[in-house]
Amino acid sequence: MDVLLDNLDLYGPFFWTTIKLFLISGVASLIFGTFLAGLRVSPVPVFRAVGATYVTLIRNTPLTLVFVFLVFAYPLLDIVDLSYFTAAVVSLTLYTSAFICEVVRSGINTVPVGQAEAARALGLTFTQILGQIVLPQAIRSVVPPLMSMLIALLKNTTIAAGFSVAEAGAIRQYLSERGDNQLVGLLWVALGFIILVAVLSFIQRTLEKRWSVAR
Amino acid sequence: MKIRTLAAGLLVGALTLTACGKEGTPSGGTGDTGTDAAALPTYTVAQNVDVAGSPTFAKIKGAGKLTIGVKDDQPGLGLKDPTTGKFQGFDIEIAKMVAAGLGFDESKITFTTVDSAAREAAITNGNVDYYVGTYTITDKRKTQVSFAGPYFMAGQDLLVRKDDTSITGPETLKGKKVCSVTGSTPIQRVRDQQLTEAGNIVEFQKYSQCVEKLITKEVDAVTTDDAILKGFAAQDPDNLKVVGKTFSQEPYGIGLPRDDAALRGKVDDLLQAAIDDGTWQKIYDATLGKSGSAATPPAIQRY
Repeated sequence: MDVLLDNLDLYGPFFWTTIKLFLISGVASLIFGTFLAGLRVSPVPVFRAVGATYVTLIRNTPLTLVFVFLVFAYPLLDIVDLSYFTAAVVSLTLYTSAFICEVVRSGINTVPVGQAEAARALGLTFTQILGQIVLPQAIRSVVPPLMSMLIALLKNTTIAAGFSVAEAGAIRQYLSERGDNQLVGLLWVALGFIILVAVLSFIQRTLEKRWSVAR
Repeated sequence: MKIRTLAAGLLVGALTLTACGKEGTPSGGTGDTGTDAAALPTYTVAQNVDVAGSPTFAKIKGAGKLTIGVKDDQPGLGLKDPTTGKFQGFDIEIAKMVAAGLGFDESKITFTTVDSAAREAAITNGNVDYYVGTYTITDKRKTQVSFAGPYFMAGQDLLVRKDDTSITGPETLKGKKVCSVTGSTPIQRVRDQQLTEAGNIVEFQKYSQCVEKLITKEVDAVTTDDAILKGFAAQDPDNLKVVGKTFSQEPYGIGLPRDDAALRGKVDDLLQAAIDDGTWQKIYDATLGKSGSAATPPAIQRY
């Protein structure tokens, strides 16, 4: 308990940064990932190829490497200056989107083809079919894997600690320099993550109940 | 051009990630911060050593070899030569000198790289028998490990670009981007004393990454102990300089298991002997001393 109380000035703001990182890149990944899934099922071959290439490329790249690129290589290009926090959000979003895309795509595959065919027969465009008929059904069937991806994202935020974003993953290094017991400190960090994941699990269960479909 | 810059950047990134290549390699020609083998003193290996009541010594005596925790990315202090795999620097020589005093010659030593954040665990769990790697003695740390020494007195300082005249000391840091290792004491001091704005504090995993950012002008100063900074400045004297106004006292000690007061006393004796007979000065002159600044041996603090 002492380790936590003596270092509340670390735990508070650092976990808050973790939560901010998670929320911003979580929302951004859901949007971008769904967009990518749209590309992958689109009738235009070029869009499908772009989507597939992105997913293949990013899924095969370790997240740390994405970070290294954005923090050490990207600035040399002199395009737009990113703060380290923004760079972390962009890295996490680019990475998580590839996985969200595949989850959403698998959800799209659960929607019977007849749905899309019926919609097309009514004269809806591709965007309308996807946005109004297919995606609403697809998303509700993939709530559990989608939430797993978000939980993975939450834990992946700790990588940002190595790239100048002071979040929960950096607490250990701070404790080490302050001379506090790191093992106890890490247990508190773990507890923090358990609480955050518990919240996500609760949201998952609520959504599953509300959105359950009788088949 | 952009593509080429990108490729170069990617390569640097990849090398940083795998901790090889640029990391800690003395850049050819500009300055040799490596250890001058010819100038180094030799250590007489003591015979029939016994440290009564020391569990650590009993363990290494039984095993016939010892493991020493060090750093591998600090020029002049503890640096691993990527081509030969050999460690060199001031800390390494101190470690060897102590080992000789305990009756172990160089061939019986295994050097293990231990990160700052893992030091207490490595010592407590017995992964290393003792630790020599810019380990500042603090009262709080004494509750987890014990310290022999200090064997060197460092102080927090600033590394800046050579043509930068705007930074002359800690009080001139306002509005400047300052880089150090994540959570390190120097960067916590900068934050606590508000030497610069919170948004201007940059933290990476290794000093070499900060130095890289300093050269590309994304940060304006790298801060940590002067001993570490001098090593980097000596590697690239055309671009970098140390401001030379220390604003803290960082006594470096040898980390030992906490319950081993007997070994601590023995190591203190060995350090004192090396200071008295001039071995300490010889080690300094052949390693850190090559940066051009002199140093005096610290007073051993027994407790």
